[in-house]
Amino acid sequence: MGDSYETVIGVEVHVELATKTKIFYGCSTAFGAAPNTNICPVCTGQPRALQVLNKKAVEYAVAVGLAVGCKINRRSAFDRKNYFYPDNPRNYQITQLYEPVCRDGALAVQTEGGKKQVRIREIHLEEDAGKLVHDDRAKLSVVDFNRSGVPLIEIVSEPDMRSAEETVAFLGLLRQTIQYLGASDCRLNEGSMRVDVNLSVRRAGADTFGTRTEMKNLNSFRAVARAVESERERQIGLLEAGKCVVQETRRGDDAGGRSFVMRAKEDAGDYRYFPEPDLVDLIISDDWIREIGKKQPEFRTERAKRLVKEYGIPEYDAEIITDSRHMADLFEAVCALGSPPKKVSNWLMGETMRLLKERGMEPEDIRFSPEHLSALIAMAERGEINGGVAKTVFAAVFDGDVDPAAYVAGKGLASVSDEDALSAVIRQVLADNPQSVKDYLGGKERALGFLVGQTMKATKGRADPALVNALLLSLMK
Amino acid sequence: MSLMQHTALELGRMIRSGEIRAVSAVRAALDAVEKKDPELNSFITVDGERALSQAEQAEKKIRSGELTGPLSGVPMAVKDNLCTEGLETTCGSAMLRGYVPAYSATAVRLLMEAGAVLIGKTNMDEFGMGNTSGTSACGAVRNPRNTCHVPGGSSGGSCAAVAAGLVPYALGTDTGGSIRQPCSFCGVAGIKPTYGTVSRYGLIAYGSSLEQIGPIAGNISDCAAVLETIAAHDPLDSTSVRRRDTHFTEALFDDVRGMKIGIPKDWLGEGLDREVRAAVLDAGARLTERGAVVREFDLGLLDYAAAAYYVIACAEAGSNLSRFDGVRYGMRAKDYRGIDDMYRRSRTEGFGAEVKRRIMLGSFVLSAGYYDAYYRKAQQVRRLIKNSFDEAFARYDVILGPVAPTVAPKMTEQTDDRVQKYLGDIYTVSANLAGIPGISLPVGVHSSGPPIGVQLLGNCFEERTLIRAAYSLEQACGRRGNG
Repeated sequence: MGDSYETVIGVEVHVELATKTKIFYGCSTAFGAAPNTNICPVCTGQPRALQVLNKKAVEYAVAVGLAVGCKINRRSAFDRKNYFYPDNPRNYQITQLYEPVCRDGALAVQTEGGKKQVRIREIHLEEDAGKLVHDDRAKLSVVDFNRSGVPLIEIVSEPDMRSAEETVAFLGLLRQTIQYLGASDCRLNEGSMRVDVNLSVRRAGADTFGTRTEMKNLNSFRAVARAVESERERQIGLLEAGKCVVQETRRGDDAGGRSFVMRAKEDAGDYRYFPEPDLVDLIISDDWIREIGKKQPEFRTERAKRLVKEYGIPEYDAEIITDSRHMADLFEAVCALGSPPKKVSNWLMGETMRLLKERGMEPEDIRFSPEHLSALIAMAERGEINGGVAKTVFAAVFDGDVDPAAYVAGKGLASVSDEDALSAVIRQVLADNPQSVKDYLGGKERALGFLVGQTMKATKGRADPALVNALLLSLMK
Repeated sequence: MSLMQHTALELGRMIRSGEIRAVSAVRAALDAVEKKDPELNSFITVDGERALSQAEQAEKKIRSGELTGPLSGVPMAVKDNLCTEGLETTCGSAMLRGYVPAYSATAVRLLMEAGAVLIGKTNMDEFGMGNTSGTSACGAVRNPRNTCHVPGGSSGGSCAAVAAGLVPYALGTDTGGSIRQPCSFCGVAGIKPTYGTVSRYGLIAYGSSLEQIGPIAGNISDCAAVLETIAAHDPLDSTSVRRRDTHFTEALFDDVRGMKIGIPKDWLGEGLDREVRAAVLDAGARLTERGAVVREFDLGLLDYAAAAYYVIACAEAGSNLSRFDGVRYGMRAKDYRGIDDMYRRSRTEGFGAEVKRRIMLGSFVLSAGYYDAYYRKAQQVRRLIKNSFDEAFARYDVILGPVAPTVAPKMTEQTDDRVQKYLGDIYTVSANLAGIPGISLPVGVHSSGPPIGVQLLGNCFEERTLIRAAYSLEQACGRRGNG
């Protein structure tokens, strides 16, 4: 039934810019500080305060605009969006409604269905609001203004996406591009990237759009994909039942993949936008744009090529590693400490990716230091720990950024590589398992594996498996 | 005779020469306030102790040679919509009763650095919304020339304090005539500078795109000296302009020979008091006598100015005042149920009727479906008014005209007709819409008693031409000093 419908998806993406200070004043933007410590008269809406635009925020916005092929407006302007809410210190938000800083860009996204252009209508600058914290027990709400005035860009796509896959591919490429620029860390779980999805369905071949709903509170790409799927089904279900889709904002429930009505269209505020009189127009000269263009970094494709050339790793590895700038940076940082590049790439593509998936984390969430991975690789290379132990140690490095040498010493995980000691253990194993020895000598190869296993067990996994094999064979002769 | 009968510059000279001490000047001001202000109500807050200790400090710095400026040690007052560090700043509103800013407005800070001594904060129409100084939560101000009359507004407290000789000068703010009109009603001089000349940082905003801080004093020389001190580029105000031509006191010389002065004919028509009209023409004649070339011309658009002004000012005000919500500072209602009710009750109790009226007006003209018909249209009119001034200043150096249609009305004579009240600003609002500078200068006295002032307008950044014309006119009228 659903096949006769087309899903039409557009996104609005808010990205916190990585400026050190806020968009209209000099106080810090650091995440995670104690409540109401990174504040000033401007971002708490004191009566006397006036705003002054942060130049770096404009540069980031222009850099993102250039990277996604936007036209940069030589003259843009700020507007006030008026609404009362306690996290909004002036009860108006400064944004760009009429003249955004960038217009008309596009990203070419790759899905299994092929390559596709997703157009970007505009990118505009605005300020973030504070954060409300509700204490149900004390029946109290408190406001933290640390986030108030953090610079944001809002990237608005055209309704060019048709599936969850395309949507996630677009968002992934957008995030990758912004991360490569260093304009933001784009962490969905910390809110430095926030995605609103607008979705409608229509009969295949129809030339008008259906009524759309907006979905908010999607804090992972998986949640985006799930929300698209379930909202598509919900809307088709309504239409099939002869009902209408109501224009509304829905809030995702990350656990169940369901969504709830947040706000109906009738409740949508009249924001009484008008030009911000406290700020002058934003004039961006050709020279400034050229300067920003010159500073554009190496993006994914070039970087993958360079990694192949400079480090001699396979193209396949380079592709995977450069998918995230953070991962690529980590790769180069570990290599710079003298670790063999292919070993580094193996650790990143293998155990690192596995643990990220297992823990439900993004590459940006990696917290271990290059030094500790490098040290771990060196210990494994020198045979101080065996492969199995190395994975255990790596998990500890991954989770807690422990010093691998100290960890191995503390847990007694160093390889047993003393031949005499190991021979003694093996002799005991052989003595304890005469039947297996007989089986092996009788031609049953599998018995050897059992004996290796018993030896590893006896050494608590610390023995070098190659040495165990060699010693077993020589002792059974 | 009170020391406060002297001009600010005279007092400054007397203090610097050691003839009097700064503390004596401040005592004289405080005495005058104590004696006269119970009737006038021109001050909301007076902090004598603070003023005396500031005077002591200024005195020391003057003696040590650290302070040499013309305003060192001279007492003054500041309109209560300008933030003053450690001193309550209420905007004449119950909403901000008890609000003590942690920093001073840039203009105030610059005066303090120049050695000025702050006596207190002057009364005003609530949030600057009014032209009588009668909408203050702290009660109406009376005109010192005749206490039956209103002082004008919204800087009526500052003008009354200067006119009564309580302080030699004061700061006011002018959003639609709020310096110029009360100056004319009280018989003192005042300047509304070019938009961007004085930083608005620390001015509690009413109409952001329209307002400027400016001096109010007994004569134009004092005004020029004060403006020179407070005109400076401020990185904290995005609309602040970098200017090099702010040596305004250099323009204080009596020479208007060849200066081209235009009088808008359409400003002299119906609705203008006959004696005020005569005073404008007389001022023109005096300037002609001194060598200026005075002509009448059509400026146009007078009928649209007040409407455009009220649409834009109210739109900005509605948004600017939305921060007064009871959440972070200022008044919060005692009893409420939920956040929306807290907003509603706090704002209902905290704001006076005129403020509420303008917030509603502003919300209306920006609301969906009305924006184009009102706000956008008003901005178009604003552009046209600017264009007509540009054309006028291509032909004239200075425009001379009335400040208000009438002189100060009696407190009992005030109309309840809002539109009529708003039309009282008809001659002043154009300068704010166009961002140009204006001077209000007393030239005579009306047969009904109150003073008559005239207005001089100049092109953007032409304060020096304007000051020269005003100085010459002042000489011609034979005025100097207060009272």
